[in-house]
Parts: sequence; C-alpha cells; structure tokens
Amino acid sequence: MRTLVLCCPDWSVVAAGAEPEQPFAVVHANRVVAASPAARCEAVEIGLRRREAQSRCPGLVVVAADPARDARAFEPVAIALDALTPRIELTRPGRLAFATRGPSRYFGGDHALAERVVALATEALGGRADVAGPPVVGVAETAFAAELAALSGEAQMRIVVSGETDAFLAPIPTPVFPLVEPDLELDELVDLLARLGVRTLGQLAALPASDVAARFGPLGALAHLLASGREGRLLDERPVPLDLIVTAELDPPAERVDHAAFVAKALADELHARLDGRGLACTRVAIEAETEHGEHLARLWRHEGGLTPAAIAERARWQLDGWLQSSRGPTGGITMLRLVPDEVGAARGHQMGFWGGRTLADERATRALARVQGLLGVDAVALPEVRGGRAPAEQVVLVPVGLAEPGRVMEPAPDAPWPGQVPAPLPAAVHTTRRAVDVLDRHGEPVVVSGRGLISGPPATITADGRVEDVSAWSGPWVFDERWWDADERRRQARMQVVTASGTAHLLVLEHRRWWVEATYD
Amino acid sequence: MAGGATALRESALRESALRTTALSERVRPVALAREQVLPVIAPLTSLLPQGLIRGTTVVVDGTSGATSFALALAAGASQDGSWIAAVGIPWLGLAAAAERGIALDRLAVIGAPERNDWATVVAALVDAIDVVLVAPPKGGMADARRLAARARERGAVLVALRTSGALTVDLRCTVTDAQWSGVGHGSGHLTARRVTVSATGRGSAARVRTTSLWLPGPDGTMSVCDEMDECAEVTCVVHPQVVHSHVVHAQAG
Repeated sequence: MRTLVLCCPDWSVVAAGAEPEQPFAVVHANRVVAASPAARCEAVEIGLRRREAQSRCPGLVVVAADPARDARAFEPVAIALDALTPRIELTRPGRLAFATRGPSRYFGGDHALAERVVALATEALGGRADVAGPPVVGVAETAFAAELAALSGEAQMRIVVSGETDAFLAPIPTPVFPLVEPDLELDELVDLLARLGVRTLGQLAALPASDVAARFGPLGALAHLLASGREGRLLDERPVPLDLIVTAELDPPAERVDHAAFVAKALADELHARLDGRGLACTRVAIEAETEHGEHLARLWRHEGGLTPAAIAERARWQLDGWLQSSRGPTGGITMLRLVPDEVGAARGHQMGFWGGRTLADERATRALARVQGLLGVDAVALPEVRGGRAPAEQVVLVPVGLAEPGRVMEPAPDAPWPGQVPAPLPAAVHTTRRAVDVLDRHGEPVVVSGRGLISGPPATITADGRVEDVSAWSGPWVFDERWWDADERRRQARMQVVTASGTAHLLVLEHRRWWVEATYD
Repeated sequence: MAGGATALRESALRESALRTTALSERVRPVALAREQVLPVIAPLTSLLPQGLIRGTTVVVDGTSGATSFALALAAGASQDGSWIAAVGIPWLGLAAAAERGIALDRLAVIGAPERNDWATVVAALVDAIDVVLVAPPKGGMADARRLAARARERGAVLVALRTSGALTVDLRCTVTDAQWSGVGHGSGHLTARRVTVSATGRGSAARVRTTSLWLPGPDGTMSVCDEMDECAEVTCVVHPQVVHSHVVHAQAG
C-alpha cells in the first residue's frame, strides 16, 4: 500500500520545549535518546550516557523523556493533517503515516500532496519548526520504505517512484531497522546478520524467505518482508469481527484526562482479553471518542510488535491527553470511548515466565487494585518506589498504580552515597504532618543548635501536644545543609534522636528555629 | 526352575506393591492445613507456632514497636510471594517496611477511604491480597461481619494496627517494654530495640505466649532475645558504647 510518512526529526527535543540553537538532549534510562542539532555539533550522540554527554557539551540542557508530553505536542500536527485524509495513523509521537491512494489522486499526484503536507505541518508547528529542522516527508510503497525515504536527508521530501522501492531499499545498511522500528527489538538480529555478512537490506531481501523464517523465526521473516519492500504485517485477509470492538459510555462526561484514561485502561484489558480468546494480536488500533457536543474523534495507532493491554492503554492516554489539551480539540467532555482493533493477525505468542516474572497472584492483585482505583480514584492506590535521600520520607516515594513504568531510572539514585543519611533502623511511623514540639534543657531553656552544629545544652524534656515527657537518652544533632546551590530548594536542618522515659523513640528535626517530630520509631 | 520363577514373581509383586504405596503417598492430597496458613519469619515461630492462619483478624497494639511488629508479621508472607496492602495508614514508614523484610514491589499503599467506603474497599482487597494492614475507623461498622466472612472465605489475613475498631479479633499481639540501645547522651545512634510481645487468641490459641524479641537487633535483623542478651541490656542506658560491645559479644557467644 503506497504510503506517505511525515517525520519530525528529534521530536522529543522539540516537544520538551528546546529553543533554536540551544544544546538540548532528552534522556531515558540515563542514555541520550534525542539531541538538538546544536548538541549534535558538540558530539552529543544518541545512546551516550548522560554524564558523558554533559562532559562533551557543558551547556547541555538535559530533560527526562516523557512520551505523553511528546504525544500531546504532536497532536496539533495530526489535527492539521486531518484536513487531507481521515485515516491518519500514528506509530509514535513525531511520526505519522497515511495511505496516499485517495488523497494523492485528489490533490494531483504524490508530489503535490507531499508539498501540501509539508506546508500544513510547518504551519501547525509554527516557530518550533526551527528547533530541530523542518518536518520531512517520504512516499514509497510501504510505510517502512517511506520513513527511510523521509529520513534519507537530501531534501525535505523524497518520493520513491512506484516500482522502485526495492531498488531504493537495497543499498541501505541493516542497522536502520532498530531506528525505524524501535518497538520490534531487532538489535540482536541486526548484529547477527552483520556477523553473517548480511549488511544491506538488499542482501537480506535476496535470501529465500523460507530460509530466513526457518533460521531467524517470525522476527526474521518480518525483517525480510520489510527489506523486500513489502508490508511487514502478516495480515489476516478476513475483516475484523465486529464483536471485538469494545465501547464504554462515560456518564458523567470525562473532562479530565485521568478519568478518561482510567476507562480506556479497562477497555484495553477487555479488548486484549477478547483478542486473546481467539488467538489474535492487534497491530493497529483505532481510538475513537465522542463528546457531549456530538463531535467524533478518531485516531489510528500502530505498533508492529503487537499491542499489549498496557501499550493500548498508554496510547489511549496519550491520545486523550492530546485531544483534551489541544486548542483545536473537542469542545465538551468525552461521553463515549471506543477501541476498534483495525488490523489483527495471529498472535505469535507470549510465554508466561516459568521462573520469576508475573505470577497468578500478581495478576489477581493488579485486578483488585484497579477495582479499588475505580472506587477511590487513580491517585489513591500507589506502589512504593525506592529513591535516594537523607530523610526517611525521601527514601521511598509512592507512585500511583499504572503510572509506574519498569526500567525507569530513579532520581535521585538510591544507591548513590548519601552522607549524613539517617542511619538504620528507620522509623516505622513517618508523620505526614509534622507535629511541633518544645525541646527544653535542664534549666527550662529551649534547646537550639548553632550554625556550627553545636547544641546549646542536653535536652531534658520534650513537650508535644501539651504532654511533657522526660528524655532518657538522646543523640545528635546531625546538621544537614542540602541543595545549597538552589535558592528555592535549599534546606538547613538539624536532626536528633530522642528516647523518652516511656521507651518511645522519636526523630526530631529543627528547621527555622522550630523543633518538629518528623517520625517515630514505632 | 519353577521355584526360581515363583520367587521372581513374588519379588516383582512386592516391588509393585511398594511402588503403589510410594505412588499413593505422592498423589494423596497433601497437608491442606499448610495451605491454610501464611508463613511467618523465623523469629516469630515461637510466638505463632502455626504461622499466620488464613482468614483471621489480628490486632497489634501496645507501646513503641507495634507498627514494626505488624510489618514483621506480614514479612514472611511477603517474602513467600504474597501481596501486602496497607489501607489508610499514610504515615507508614515504607523504608522501615523494606527493612523489616517486606518486598516493596508487592506492597500496595491505599489512601484512607471514606468511612462509608471503608468496608467495600477492604473487601475488594481481601479478594486478591493475602495480608491487608488496616487502621480501622473507630466505632461500629455495619459491614464488619460481612467483611470478616469475606476475608475468611478468601483466606486473607487482616492486621489491624493499634485498634480493632468493629472487627472481631482472633489474635491479639501486644508489644510492651520497649528498650532502645545504642544511644546515650549525645552519642551513638539508635541501633537495637528489645521488646516483649505477648500473643493471645481464641480457641486453641487462648494460652498466652510471650517472647522477648530484638526488633531489630544490633545487626539490623529481627531475632529472639535470650538470657545473655538480657544481661547485656541491664547497663544499656548508662554506657551505650560499652554495652554495644557487650551486645556484640553476647551475639557472638
């Protein structure tokens, strides 16, 4: 199917709000995933460690990757192109595709269409088109070839004449696979092919398809199809059965993203269960919504590797976020949400872990937690995540269930050294609201800590909520001067452990000349 | 020749009989009672020799150390792959939970539900989660009995902190006599705590069991206190540094 692909190079940099000519990099899991042209000039490359990138380019602005932000920022471009064709398909933020057959005939050929697409996209981007270069367009027989044509770099648009797609692909080296299809995990295959002497797409396409499938499995067969200029998907010719479509009515209408996204998550699970029951996997899903003003919104999302429930839910969240935040988006709340599996194929299977991995208990617990989220709201159910920090409350933070993503780098890092960290054992009760406490010495004078960290006198009593307790043992004070380089976040505190006569131990903190009970060793 | 054949047949018969017995041993329903308890960590076995019986409600109260003990109660199940949920305990020290042996990737923390929703939320959790830590609201509750029935049917354990509210208690653990060591007058830091825990329940568990526990011990782990430790403890408050070495010595001994 002849396809047009529009790519915005280094989209995450643009979406993160980089200025033109600013050295800027987006990092994920401590590695650079996108860099602005100015940063590239300073030899900041994709895959570089963050520290290495910062040392090569000291003025580098580093921002954490956020696919939701990227998708939200890209939605105006997709909305602008809706004027050309109704079936725009997104693979990932910054890249969209559609079949050219109808639009191309209407607008007078591929060239005229591509010019129009570039003009509309540039207009939608406005000033941001200057940040990482203008959007590029490619047209070819398959989406894979069209993306390569767009990225080939010579001009802003490149149209591969019908029938010449194989010839266009042949000289391209195989390491482009992971760049164009990052969802497929083709790195290992590319590495193996290179060691076997297969270094270009043409060489791979020249091999007999059955031999490639026999040696490299389904993933190899897919790569072979892509390299030979054919659609990579092994599609069922049958139309998608209607009963696979899942719909949810929202009453009251969802005005907020998290409300709609929560419903979408349940829909995604249901869709996946229905597909699973038939041994099918979905490679393209249409996310459709209707608003209370009768507007109908729809967008296609593709994932070559087959959409898992989490992947569908994530894309639905991005899409809803994009619609609800966009100035040209819907005018009312969302009343109906529908997921239509647009392309399905036989599921290639996913083996449950035999040792480790998710167990049945995990699945059940996840379902129960989702149910409680439905009762109390998304933020009410959270999982702890270990972070770094000196105070007990900083060492573990709570992340709402469903928002945590595996493989994320924890910041601040838990395994970094934290000099002056409150020593183990840690308090089992960390008060959410600090209680003010009066700490007095033997003569009834308030105990203070000097700027040099010296205590004015040994504490004799503490008074909290009007109750006076004798101090039987104490330790400290330990002075913290954290984030002194940041005027807003700077904190100067002193901590002290006290044991009262009743055997209760508290962690007290002194800040702005007041003592507070921060935590209790309960 | 015929005798030899008979002997052979007899030995074959005997062997097959043995094999049948061995097979019946293997296919017979294995101890179901074991399925009905959740494991507890080793230092708690003297207090709870059967483990944590599924479907029961445990309340942990007393002085300093009750929260740590409640976490320790759940630690055995958590390490065995069970999920733990904490409902309406926003002050729970999660770093301390990890120290007490709870796997944080199987711990769900749920914000305090409204009073009317409380039983519904906890009931939804006992469906799938083995140990639910709760701080029940004070006063009567219409659904308390239904909740207990649900927990019994699903085999979940409710651990109530401090107060049992309207829940019927099957086992009560009381933490008393907390004594800290490691901290003096401006020196050292809290390292170890000795507590006395008594457990009493209904029915067969009615007899009071009492144990002295390190919660935690000087090495950071929980263990049962023996008499040697107690000797070391006496001088604790006065000279913590000296006592510290005593404690280590006692451990080594």
